[in-house]
Amino acid sequence: KRLVIVTTDRGEVAKGSAEIFFRKVKFWKEDGQEEAPPVFNVDGVNYFHVKVVGLLFVATTRVNVSPSLVLELLQRIARVIKDYLGVLSEDSLRKNFVLVYELLDEVIDFGYMQTTSTEVLKSYIFNEPIVVDAARLQPLGPAAIFMQGTKRMPGTAITKSVVANEPGGRKREEIFVDIIEKISVTFSSSGYILTSEIDGTIQMKSYLTGNPEIRLALNEDLSIGRGGESANDYRSSYGSGAVILDDCNFHESVRLDSFDMDRTLALVPPDGEFPVMNYRMTQEFKPPFHINCLIEEAGHLKAEVILKVRAEFPSNITANTVVLEMPLPKYTTRASFELEPGVTGQRTDFKGANKKLEWDLEKFVGGVEHTLRAKLTFSQELHANIIKEAGPVSMTFTIPMYNVSRLQVKYLQIAKKSSSYNPYRWVRYVTQANSYVARI
Amino acid sequence: MAPPAQSQRSPSPSQPSGKSEVSDLKLQLRQLAGSRAPGVDDSKRELFKKVISYMTIGIDVSSLFGEMVMCSATSDIVLKKMCYLYVGNYAKVNPDLALLTINFLQRDCRDEDPMIRGLALRSLCSLRVANLVEYLVGPLGSGLKDSNSYVRMVAVMGVLKLYHISASTCIDADFPSILKHLMLHDSDTQVVANCLSALQEIWSAEASTSEEASREREALISKPVIYYLLNRIKEFCEWAQCLVLELVTKYVPSDSSEIFDIMNLLEDRLQHANGAVVLATIRVFLQLTLSMTDVHQQVYERIKAPLLTLVSSGSPEQSYAVLSHLHLLVMRAPYVFSSDYKHFYCQYNEPSYVKRLKLEMLTAVANESNTYEIVTELCEYAANVDIPIARESIRAVGKIALQQYDVNAIVDRLLQFLEMEKDYVTAEALVLVKDLLRKYPQWSHDCIAVVGNISSKNVQEPKAKAALIWMLGEYSQDMQDAPYVLESLVENWDEEHSAENLSCEDKKRLLSQLIQLSAVRLHLLTAVMKCFFKRPPETQSALGAALAAGIADFHQDVHDRALFYYRILRYNVSVAERVVNPPKQAVSVFADTQSSEIKDRIFDEFNSLSVLYQKKPGFFWCVTQIIKESRLTDIHKYLQPSYMFTDKEHRGPLEFADELGNLSIGEAANNVVPTQMVEENDKDLLLTTSEKEETKVSRNNGSAYSVPYDGSSTSVFASQTQIELAVSNPTLAGHSPQASFAIDDLLGLGIPAAPAVPSPPQLKLNTKAALDPSTFQQKWRQLPVALSQEISVSPQGVAALTAPQALLRHMQSHSIHCIASGGQSPNFKFFFFAQKFEESSNYLVECVINTSSAKTQVKIKADDQNTSQDFSTLFESALSKFGTS
Repeated sequence: KRLVIVTTDRGEVAKGSAEIFFRKVKFWKEDGQEEAPPVFNVDGVNYFHVKVVGLLFVATTRVNVSPSLVLELLQRIARVIKDYLGVLSEDSLRKNFVLVYELLDEVIDFGYMQTTSTEVLKSYIFNEPIVVDAARLQPLGPAAIFMQGTKRMPGTAITKSVVANEPGGRKREEIFVDIIEKISVTFSSSGYILTSEIDGTIQMKSYLTGNPEIRLALNEDLSIGRGGESANDYRSSYGSGAVILDDCNFHESVRLDSFDMDRTLALVPPDGEFPVMNYRMTQEFKPPFHINCLIEEAGHLKAEVILKVRAEFPSNITANTVVLEMPLPKYTTRASFELEPGVTGQRTDFKGANKKLEWDLEKFVGGVEHTLRAKLTFSQELHANIIKEAGPVSMTFTIPMYNVSRLQVKYLQIAKKSSSYNPYRWVRYVTQANSYVARI
Repeated sequence: MAPPAQSQRSPSPSQPSGKSEVSDLKLQLRQLAGSRAPGVDDSKRELFKKVISYMTIGIDVSSLFGEMVMCSATSDIVLKKMCYLYVGNYAKVNPDLALLTINFLQRDCRDEDPMIRGLALRSLCSLRVANLVEYLVGPLGSGLKDSNSYVRMVAVMGVLKLYHISASTCIDADFPSILKHLMLHDSDTQVVANCLSALQEIWSAEASTSEEASREREALISKPVIYYLLNRIKEFCEWAQCLVLELVTKYVPSDSSEIFDIMNLLEDRLQHANGAVVLATIRVFLQLTLSMTDVHQQVYERIKAPLLTLVSSGSPEQSYAVLSHLHLLVMRAPYVFSSDYKHFYCQYNEPSYVKRLKLEMLTAVANESNTYEIVTELCEYAANVDIPIARESIRAVGKIALQQYDVNAIVDRLLQFLEMEKDYVTAEALVLVKDLLRKYPQWSHDCIAVVGNISSKNVQEPKAKAALIWMLGEYSQDMQDAPYVLESLVENWDEEHSAENLSCEDKKRLLSQLIQLSAVRLHLLTAVMKCFFKRPPETQSALGAALAAGIADFHQDVHDRALFYYRILRYNVSVAERVVNPPKQAVSVFADTQSSEIKDRIFDEFNSLSVLYQKKPGFFWCVTQIIKESRLTDIHKYLQPSYMFTDKEHRGPLEFADELGNLSIGEAANNVVPTQMVEENDKDLLLTTSEKEETKVSRNNGSAYSVPYDGSSTSVFASQTQIELAVSNPTLAGHSPQASFAIDDLLGLGIPAAPAVPSPPQLKLNTKAALDPSTFQQKWRQLPVALSQEISVSPQGVAALTAPQALLRHMQSHSIHCIASGGQSPNFKFFFFAQKFEESSNYLVECVINTSSAKTQVKIKADDQNTSQDFSTLFESALSKFGTS
């Protein structure tokens, strides 16, 4: 399901480019194995596209422009549209296409960027969004986990349009700060960590009227830059408690006047969703899951896989949508699974087409270990070592209210004179797997 | 009861056929047009929305034009906006209708509400109807003076639109100078930014015909303008910042303190969350410091962390764009990134195009200290489910092996690949082992033991097969059953003919298959010969069969080589041996796929699409021109948006995209290539590809040994073949070797024993040349690069470089003087100069020697461009003697 809104702003690119684009993206390589890169050139027209929640946003030009500029712009357009519509989906775009055209007209004029600030755009945009029901929608992005399952969070907030009023006509004063960390870990076959990285974002979405100034205080012992030492040297600093970022960058509204002294970020948050700060960390951290995989030949044309996963976080925390995947030897014809007796909310599958084992766990409570046994049957003798034919095990998960870097928002201060003014503040943490791989 | 049959099937509401709905809408709009009833605007909105939704799904609603315009006589801004959208869409195709709108748009341009003024002005300028331009000038003029910045912002872009509809109207109204004034005085930064965009475009386009415009274009990058913009940079929105930064890249500071001022001012832009701003800043830094080696180096160190953060923080698309730039930098200065190799490890869920970039980076940054870990990681990918990536990982291991001196560990890994028993792994590994043996013959013993165990039946890919055959021939004395394996391969000579029977539509693919096939056969011929010299009795029958099959082969090259072997064997066996299997010198460096000149050119285009495509800018742009021009006569339409490229279009030879089939046009005088030429090249398509393949194949298998033949004599050979075919089993083993015979006399061919050293040309240098450092610096900055190339350094030269002073003395003995040097192992950098004998014409050289890859990047600048080639040859010859004398 894809939807594109194409505006031929300069009339440079001939009509029919949309069809060319789709054909090219769909049939990038004959075998369908590879996906099209985000930028390609057909007959002198450069096509840029970004994928956001299953939607493609496309731009075309004939000029040798900066690719980052265009891709960043497309991403930003998607975000602005989301700010306005509350949710980004094919349905919401269809219902609001006039508004979307209106937005695009103000964002780009004759191929030149005018503004992508939701704040600024507000004064030029007059159509009101038709809000679609968020409950029926697929989760969008990392922060979306807050709206399903757990009742901890006010579900509708994150899908609220920046311009739409609450039923009752009054806007609720609130601000959301999400600390989202995507982690990448590679374990060697003997269980050691080969590489690890945390890519974090402090994301903000403000619904405060009057744009008051905000102060965000981070860990006092936070330090940036790993002066002198190699970026992948883990020995130092582990366990000392200090949070050491390799590098970070900030949204342009952030003022760093007192950052060096007390690790405080000051900003007047513009309307809409935006990243206050992106950071990257290679300091060693405790991986949330420990994976152990054993694969053994068990007689003629047979083998057994034992997959053990242990959650290394506290028991008051629960990970959800946990999925483990493992490629099996290519001659595997059948796999029969055996879960622990009495467990619920787990599902196993053998994907015959690409010879993959899949293990889904709806919930994974901290401190618990789960085991999966799989008996494999092969159609012919394996030539080589069975270990070379299978693996690695890869894992995806989401852990709400947990972050591995220990970076914290100590307090969120809203500067406003009135003492009765006390808006809702939501500071939320979430950890997600980016690439979590155990070799066998 | 059944519903009454409808006389007309009404189309489903979701898929309106058009006609009836449109006339329906027309009626409803007409009713509302005059109405002043309360709530009428809401009903209008609904109708307008419907009209626009039809418009966007491609139903022609242009017949509603009149009604739409009538309904827009309202103060409701939402309605107005929708109407503008509608009008903008249909005005261009219906100029007559557009005229209808002029009146109400002009009136709206004078509205009280600045929003309406701005919107109306934008719509007015977007009509793009040439005969309406007279109506634009007035509203634009007042728009530029409007008190509201939104209106001014729109008006500035309106001027640019006007320029594209009618340049003369725009210039005559003196709009550019108004924009110039606004750019330097307006309080709103977006107005300033739009002025800058518009002026850049207008003056660049005018510069070719007007001297004044070209002066004005220069003035944009003058110190006052640049400083004015730089000092306000933080007030601009992020996109406008990119615009300003791009302009700064073109600015040439007068001295180094100015450079540092600019860099300090922009330093915090590197911490911006917007990747486009960061990359634009990096480009400024890199450009500014090009001639300051040390600072340039520091810049690399400084930008590393921000780039890595951008790679990991953005969306996959953004991170790909940044990674491509990182790739470029890594390729230019691998040593700067050698400790960051872990960042280039592939993640299992990354798309192939990202993995490919990372593999190349891993290959580039491998050095003594990290090779072991990198190779271990690459070996993990070899078992990857993604087969193309697995193959490339293995090739990467091979490349690392070829660029290192200490290859012990790597050889073991490669040999393990051979034992993995995955056919594609074996195939790739065989090719690598062959290359490795050509560079490090000392490993033959270990490798041959493993290669000997591989059944030739399991090797099907032509490249791998050729590699195996080469090894069988080269090491036939160490591989016990080499003669028999070769014999069985000869017996199956025709086996691969099946490939020919494939009814392959694609000529190109068929051709490349045939070429690969003939390459295997050429190898087989040579291998059987080599084997024969070492083990004559066992190989004799195989040789006879091979020569017979070869002479009968349909492929000209195979036929010729077989015949040549046959004749030379008849002539004298020992001569044959010296021709076919002379003592070899190990290959020190394999040719690079991409010349450093292209890399430099791409670097100049940092932060552009050139980096992503890894092609120089002329490439994708010119392709367009040619295609378009051969297909369409409407040239100016496509030339118009090319403003950013106007100075680059004429750069060098044109190259076609790969999809177009590897055909290349040599030098095109200009980028307007007539249709006919394209067609001609189309015909040449097959030939060109085959030739390319050919040269590649022969280089791969070691052209130093294969015997070239004189093309003109082939026809003579061919006519004689038929007769001589009868003698298919030459009994030659009895011939006594006659070593005294000089091979050179045989066919007038010389076989180079060592890489040819070009003889010094007729250029005399002044032995007592003198140049002071500041003059050198100044010249270096002013002169263009005359020549840029990569030279290999002999191992002796590398060894002698442990003391760089030795090189300076050596070059001085060739009248080439050093003015500055620096660096540490493995990278040394030297600046040399030389002067023409009895003339004050200077040559300046930048020479970067990498001792681990044994390569030298040389850039030559010269006062007298005409002699730079001669000087380059002289320089290369001098350098090649270093360490040997």
